[in-house]
Amino acid sequence: MKRSRKDTLVKTIVAWTIALVWILPLMGVVMTAIRPFSEVINGWWKLEPFNATLSNFSGALNHQTAPLYKGMINSLIIAIPATIAPLFLATLAGYGVSRYGFPLRKTFILTVVLTLALPQQMIAIPIFRIMSGLGLVDTYFGLILVHTAWGIPWITFFMRNYFKTLPADMEEAARIDGAGDFGIFFRVVLPNAFPAIASASALQFTWVWSDFFLALILVYSPGKLLATQRIPLMRGVYHVDWGLLSAASLMVMIVPILIYILLQRYYVKGMVGWTIK
Amino acid sequence: MALRKAKLKHFAYFILPALFLLIVFVLYPTLNTIFLSFADEEGRLSLSNYREVFSSRDILDTRGFKRGFPFGSLIHNIMWIAIHLPLTTIVGLSLAVLLRGAKGGGIVKSIIFLGMVMPMIVGGIMIRFMFEENVGVVNLVLQTFGLEAKTWTAYPETALFALIFGSVWLWTGFSMILYSAGLETIPKTYYEAAQIDGASKAKMLFKITIPLLKPITVVVLTMTLLWELKVFDIVYIATMGGPGGSSNVLALQMYLYGFREWDFGKSAVVAVLITAFTLIAAIPMMKSAGDESE
Repeated sequence: MKRSRKDTLVKTIVAWTIALVWILPLMGVVMTAIRPFSEVINGWWKLEPFNATLSNFSGALNHQTAPLYKGMINSLIIAIPATIAPLFLATLAGYGVSRYGFPLRKTFILTVVLTLALPQQMIAIPIFRIMSGLGLVDTYFGLILVHTAWGIPWITFFMRNYFKTLPADMEEAARIDGAGDFGIFFRVVLPNAFPAIASASALQFTWVWSDFFLALILVYSPGKLLATQRIPLMRGVYHVDWGLLSAASLMVMIVPILIYILLQRYYVKGMVGWTIK
Repeated sequence: MALRKAKLKHFAYFILPALFLLIVFVLYPTLNTIFLSFADEEGRLSLSNYREVFSSRDILDTRGFKRGFPFGSLIHNIMWIAIHLPLTTIVGLSLAVLLRGAKGGGIVKSIIFLGMVMPMIVGGIMIRFMFEENVGVVNLVLQTFGLEAKTWTAYPETALFALIFGSVWLWTGFSMILYSAGLETIPKTYYEAAQIDGASKAKMLFKITIPLLKPITVVVLTMTLLWELKVFDIVYIATMGGPGGSSNVLALQMYLYGFREWDFGKSAVVAVLITAFTLIAAIPMMKSAGDESE
């Protein structure tokens, strides 16, 4: 008994030391963001003098060439529909695959798994050309379409795995009561699928918000740039303004971090469930 | 007949909308990129793009073995895998085991997992920042050990390593979280039985924990490999592949060919190359999904 208590103590001390080291880079960004640059120029860990200021945050939000507040709004305009649309379509597909046998079902599932391994680079050029042809380059609709298509495979796979664990009893009961396929789907299946939908939404939203590559090739007007695209523009030409950059980084990462904190249970379940069935 | 009609209806309502988008914006572009890589300027089948890419030293620069960086983006990706894959896997597993027995382990886990939650473009900024000469925390640590401070991302011989070790900091949370979830599924009775038999802690780790975590290890290795092959944002923001191409990677090279030089043929070759590697890496995962869908 005594030994196991000592064991726990040692483990706890080691764990918290590691945590402290791990969080140092993040602390650096916070310290640099909330202080004037002249104070941190020789290291943010020097605490004399220490004058807290919000000027870096307002500087980043109202940046001359790439105001971040506009980028944050733009990112939301993309991320919300680019989460709802693939979730709806892929939940339908995942349910269809798990409940109704149809020809080529196995091929479909293998295709879905195959696309999970695909790098975005593999679709970039044709996507750019298709969107040019449709007049959708540099439009949000085009980017939302691509994000929707890109999200469909993994969400379908994820939802299918979830539906496979869900007994079909209730659906059959509803069918006996005379409900149609869509009635069953919307009134019985969707409410029961809430945990899986929450997990998939948290991850899809985070990924779309964090995306850089697809935005980079599809959106280029200065006013339309997303939050992640504005960060490189803040770096400055001759010297790097770390205060500004740190404040901008914090504001861009706070959105996914909030989602992670609020939906932690679903978030981790999503990450684990999507990789381990 | 009626059954067949019902099946068709289900297919049309539930599967078709998703399938349509998948075909138009994922499958067709994939095939089109393969075609582009094998087409010359007049659209005839040829290997000219491949010849051009492989003779350009952007992908493979054998002079590197005599002179040092750059080695070409393919070798850089391989180096990334050689360092990042074992490190994140082993550290992630160790942390998962350690944190299970520590007070406040959940909070420590969340702290380490933060690297996975932030956008990778921000992760790249953080890597630049921690390796910076005057403001970087890495240099603070090195200086306390009497080593010189420098901006590690600015020199050809260290830029890639700075990015790789920085990305270990970002990614370790992934394997840790998966292993933590896996540890929960191992029944405590196994350990109790082993303890009664007088097994040591190390023996339990190697005879119970690691073998039972094997399915998770497959997933961790696969997903990490895929990430290492696709790495882009971090490199783009932190070094843009520089200095002098010494931290360039395949995904960035694809972008530079395609959207800076506007040479779609060469760009498609690099994309095909990355995809070939990711598909090989994903074979174990596809096998398990294929078995299961029987």
